[in-house]
Amino acid sequence: MPAKQKRADRTPDAPVRLAVRKTYKLFVGGKFPRSESGRSYPVQGADGGFLANAALASRKDVRDAVQAARKAFGGWSGATAYNRGQILYRIAEMLEGRRAQFADEVAAGTGEPTAAALSTVDAAIDRWVWYAGWADKYAQVLGNANPVAGPYFNLSSPEPTGVVGIVAPAEPLLALVSVVAPAIVTGNTVVVLASERHPLPAITLAEVLATSDLPGGVVNLLTGSAAETAPWLAGHADVNALDLAGVADAGQAAELERLAAENLKRVVRPAADDWRAEPGLGRLAAFVETKTVWHPRGV
Amino acid sequence: METHEAERLAAELAGSPEALRTFLSGLPGVDQVGAEQRAATLATRSIKTTAKQWALDLAVRMVDLTTLEGADTPGKVRALCAKAMRPDPADPGCPPVAAVCVYPTLVPTAVAQLRGSGVHVASVATAFPSGQAPLAVKLDDVRAAVAAGADEVDMVIDRGAFLAGRYEEVFRQIVAVKEACGDAHLKVILETGELVTYDNVRRASWLAMLAGGDFIKTSTGKVAPAATLPVTLVMLEAVRDFRDRTGRQVGVKPAGGIRTAKDAIRYLVLINETVGEDWLDPRWFRFGASSLLNDLLMQRAKMATGRYAGPDYFTLD
Repeated sequence: MPAKQKRADRTPDAPVRLAVRKTYKLFVGGKFPRSESGRSYPVQGADGGFLANAALASRKDVRDAVQAARKAFGGWSGATAYNRGQILYRIAEMLEGRRAQFADEVAAGTGEPTAAALSTVDAAIDRWVWYAGWADKYAQVLGNANPVAGPYFNLSSPEPTGVVGIVAPAEPLLALVSVVAPAIVTGNTVVVLASERHPLPAITLAEVLATSDLPGGVVNLLTGSAAETAPWLAGHADVNALDLAGVADAGQAAELERLAAENLKRVVRPAADDWRAEPGLGRLAAFVETKTVWHPRGV
Repeated sequence: METHEAERLAAELAGSPEALRTFLSGLPGVDQVGAEQRAATLATRSIKTTAKQWALDLAVRMVDLTTLEGADTPGKVRALCAKAMRPDPADPGCPPVAAVCVYPTLVPTAVAQLRGSGVHVASVATAFPSGQAPLAVKLDDVRAAVAAGADEVDMVIDRGAFLAGRYEEVFRQIVAVKEACGDAHLKVILETGELVTYDNVRRASWLAMLAGGDFIKTSTGKVAPAATLPVTLVMLEAVRDFRDRTGRQVGVKPAGGIRTAKDAIRYLVLINETVGEDWLDPRWFRFGASSLLNDLLMQRAKMATGRYAGPDYFTLD
């Protein structure tokens, strides 16, 4: 075929491949729906270049996500600690398999060199494993057999709080993992408002969660403007606790806390967290309720 | 009034099984695809702000708060009655529901609780939910419910007879039950989930209206599928055509499977677009439901406070 031959001669370099410009979706109830509002926004890299489109969640997506989280709560909180731990370990395995992809996304978003991004991803996977290990151990640390003056066994045990709303920190992946894992390991279900600037590692995390054994609805992840959606989450009467880790503006944090007070949500205030440091049990303990039972002891 | 026309038509058809069968078979067939498409199109209407507020309040007023379980106790019925009179104790502006619907043995409990409140007491009867009992037993069931104070009776038709083509028998049974009801309102449950086709739903609707039913009701709630939008559309068309022909207005009650405020508003849109505002009233349209009420209350709370409400703040039954 002379014509084709000729064209190939004209372009000696390999043909330029058109990149697939992805539009990512939300993660609600184990599925990936578009935003109810139909909106999306372009995600930019550190250099200002286009990375992908992400869904711009609306208040109704918050509503649907809370509903999905509430539906999943019974099953997840009722699962045995051993089972929850196994599922979290499985997620860590899946994260490991996507290590390179996470590193690329983190590097593209923050502009840091690949080595630094890889170290962030590794720290995030290690963090996940660290929390997974706590699944069948935190009760021994946070619970207690209390000495009482009477013929009773008196036992305190930590119980999951319910649906936890999380405004995720702006930093990618490690910070996200550090707020999601402690909330779900104790049996809570969560609605996460992902970082507006770095949504891609968050969505990839959602893809990992969707293909692990985590029941749908345990983690629900919304991308978009937290400033727009966080008040709906904070005011929602079916949300039991709120983690404001990612709220940078003090005024906004105070307003969200005021909304959360309407139904006495537990609130974790934003603090200058060093996500690299070993986290301790603070976040894990923040989203459990202590149940104490008195059990008559035989004479 | 023109109700004479309804009586004349009924008398004419009651005389001979052939005439009744000819009349019912002569009803125009339902365009299944068209009915489903129409219902689906109307379901996409968006009702917002003040219209939504109005619709939610109307839907609350239309609810027949129902409990029909083998495990029903007087205590549960008393709790249900308290909820019927004051659905949202936190909001004095919340209207009461239309009626409480229970089994005949629990009617006295409900009557005692609801006396003077304006909330009606409805009772299912006639061997609910199957309707498979001798006529004498069914009539006793009805008389017992009415004697106990029920002012609305929900009867089930004998689907076995209907599907076998013994229309005359079903007709006579409904007439007999209507007579046993006395002054009580009679709602005729067609159990559309067992009637299979929309044509049968239309025929059963006309049969129930000719025999004197004050309401036609989709389902017992014990059979899936229960109420659907297209089935209700066919029934609304039937009551519209029946009024056009005889001058007598008959109510419609979808029951079973309506759980969200959004669903309820879709039904209201369907009424408005099919039979018009005349039926947008608890006298002529009811929702047979239990969990629907809580969702309506949560939506009302959302409209009032601007924040999403949670199910923890409303009673379970």
